[in-house]
Amino acid sequence: MIKKGISILVLALVIVGCSTSDDSNTNGGASDNFDRQAMLTHWGDNFIIPVLEDVNIELEALVQAKNTFVTTPNQANLVSLRTAWLSAYKVWQYAEMFNIGKADELAYFKQMNIYPSNVTLIESNISNGSYDLGNSGNNAAVGFPALDYLLFGVATTDTDIVAIYSTSVNASNYTAYLSDVVEKMKTLTQTVVTSWNSGYRNDYISRSGNSATSGVNETVNDYINYYERGLRSLKFGIPAGVFANSPLPEKVEGYYSKIYSKELAAEALNAVQEFFIGEAYNSTVTGPSLKAYLGYLNKTDISSSIVTQYDQARTRMQVLNPNFNQQIQDDSSKMTQVYDALQVGVVLLKVDMIQAMQISLDQGYVDNDGD
Amino acid sequence: MTATLKTYFQSQTNAAPLAVFRMLFGIMMLYSIVRFWYHGWIDTLYIAPKFHFSYYGLEWIQPVGIYTYLLFISAGISALFVALGYKYRLAICVFFLSFTYIEFMDKTTYLNHYYFISVLSFLMIFLPANVSFSLDAYTKKMSFTMVPKWTIDCLKLLLGMVYFYAGLAKINSDWLFKAMPLKIWLPSNYDMPFLGTNIMQQEWFHFTMSWSGMLYDLCIPFLLLYKRTRGFAFLIVVVFHVFTRVLFPIGMFPFIMIVATLIFFDASLHLKIIDLLKRVFKRFGFSKEVSVSAHYNYPKSKRFILPVLALFFAIQLFLPFRYALYPGELFWTEEGYRFSWRVMLMEKSGYTTFKIVDRESGDAFIVNNSDFLSSFQEKEMSAQPDFILEYAHYLGDHFRSQGHKNVQVFAESYVALNGRRSRPFINKMVDLYQEKESFKHKTWILPFNDEIKGL
Repeated sequence: MIKKGISILVLALVIVGCSTSDDSNTNGGASDNFDRQAMLTHWGDNFIIPVLEDVNIELEALVQAKNTFVTTPNQANLVSLRTAWLSAYKVWQYAEMFNIGKADELAYFKQMNIYPSNVTLIESNISNGSYDLGNSGNNAAVGFPALDYLLFGVATTDTDIVAIYSTSVNASNYTAYLSDVVEKMKTLTQTVVTSWNSGYRNDYISRSGNSATSGVNETVNDYINYYERGLRSLKFGIPAGVFANSPLPEKVEGYYSKIYSKELAAEALNAVQEFFIGEAYNSTVTGPSLKAYLGYLNKTDISSSIVTQYDQARTRMQVLNPNFNQQIQDDSSKMTQVYDALQVGVVLLKVDMIQAMQISLDQGYVDNDGD
Repeated sequence: MTATLKTYFQSQTNAAPLAVFRMLFGIMMLYSIVRFWYHGWIDTLYIAPKFHFSYYGLEWIQPVGIYTYLLFISAGISALFVALGYKYRLAICVFFLSFTYIEFMDKTTYLNHYYFISVLSFLMIFLPANVSFSLDAYTKKMSFTMVPKWTIDCLKLLLGMVYFYAGLAKINSDWLFKAMPLKIWLPSNYDMPFLGTNIMQQEWFHFTMSWSGMLYDLCIPFLLLYKRTRGFAFLIVVVFHVFTRVLFPIGMFPFIMIVATLIFFDASLHLKIIDLLKRVFKRFGFSKEVSVSAHYNYPKSKRFILPVLALFFAIQLFLPFRYALYPGELFWTEEGYRFSWRVMLMEKSGYTTFKIVDRESGDAFIVNNSDFLSSFQEKEMSAQPDFILEYAHYLGDHFRSQGHKNVQVFAESYVALNGRRSRPFINKMVDLYQEKESFKHKTWILPFNDEIKGL
């Protein structure tokens, strides 16, 4: 019987040997192993860290512009402050997806870009004059959206806005709040950047295995999460009314400045796409990426479909009014069309790509004997 | 023929394997329950979610809030009693009922291994597993050395069936000729020491594992039955299960299977185990002579047992083939997929969103699934039609109770199976709120448009 068992095994091997001929092939050979460590290194050194450092630089400029405005509140300084805000906000669109390490620990993105802002909360903080901006209860009263309100929405005309910070009864409270919000953003960002530069980078790229806590798993989970929620839902789906009975145009990003919603969303889509194809930040040099990984797995059809979806979303975005709030009031279906294009991408990322890469999405439960 | 059968059912064998099986089973179950609790899964799986997916016809089986812990306590304590052989019949009944209740509370957690435990503990209700080396024998001062041979053979039969059916299920074109899903599962173990970056990535290895997995499942019951191959077979069992444990997150299943396989061995091995335990007990001063009777025979009042078990095995034999009554691809529709020993057989994942529509006004919105489901529930729901239907009804009821009128529920679903590209899964024009769950074929599942040949 032992002999029989062995002969069965041998037979099996022979059958196998003769049947390996079909469609896919290049998975053989020991030299073609995909280097995930190289991918993590590329992500860390050429994307995440440069992006965060750039946000930090932008916020430093924002702090300067804020200081100038606070010292001399006038129309010209308000304009410079707004320019610095917009410039930083655009870079931020590249950073929001990396909810990793210190950023995760500090709930960084929730303190930077929760919108719509809670104006009642902001105003009551200002009139009270005491607040803990780091408290999660204040997430809707801080960050870029709060500045959007403070710089564009506290009054209707620029002259009136300047007056709020110079001659109004509560001018000192408004100035203090504006200052505190900006400083808080700078401090947070500095903390995150410092953590990457003092050891976290090495920790990140060393976790090249395939477990729930590995760098690749964590980053891909964050990436998909951001794509689905931050980009698809928050920027398009929710304000366009996809998740409600009617459109909610007041929920757009950049509601008070009005004209920047599209510019910000376009940056976010570029960020998502550049990260996917492995372009280094602010450069066209590419490195190992999700796209390359899919290529290694013989799934270039999936990666090209994903890129096609990104491009389609971009094309559909081009016809939109720069003011999404206006666009939704005029014709929300144009917004929904962008949502639909992004939605197809969610399926490709969450189902096809994840299945090919065998990355586990966080489930909180591990036992499995097969579906 | 009848005479042979009669002789068979009257023949006796040593009771030791049954006693050892009972002890090991009880210990493994107790450990499983403790492990489940320790990981916090009672809360994440049964208490935290707002909604639970029920089996058709068993909707009344629901978690009972904080009292769900009592169910686990009951299963744990009864498992301990089973191990000790104390009030065995009551203990194994309580264990079967509480474990099976737990299993049926939410089908999201369906695992073949849980089903196996339920089936096995049901079978054990009818076996005299406490007549030797048990607290029952100790307190009744009556022990038996022999039990009817069939009581041990039916455990072998059940185990053999699990393996053999798992093997049959692997005879399909995806498994054997595409090495799917092992071809996508094995390479993902690239971080495994030594083997990860070379052998796990080799196509020949994926095929070897697929074919040997199939042959293993089909042959192992027979290799275990024959004395000459038994040692070799057990070695393979251990290697195979340890290997799967290393590669896949399958929890306790491999260990339970390894331990259960000991039932195939001769009584001499089990007697050695018992002797060893006896010596340990003696050392600690527990030792008691009980009068020993030779043969345990079922009393006349328990004559119903054999027909019950015959029916039980007949169901076990045919249930896995019920899928043949449904049209369409089994792996795609999953109609008749569960309770059939289809273990680690496919890689299937999906993404499903639901649209709530007002039939009159046409107003519509999409549901955020995470408002209602845990991420694990959402994952399981997304690729299984019965889950999709049940959830659609839950959503319909929910939004109707919220004051929405003329509620219709439509699902848009994409599923990828065994490395194929994702494709539409559910007919998005069908109002699922109007569809009823039944054992009939679900016509709103879109065709697979591919073929997986095989059993």
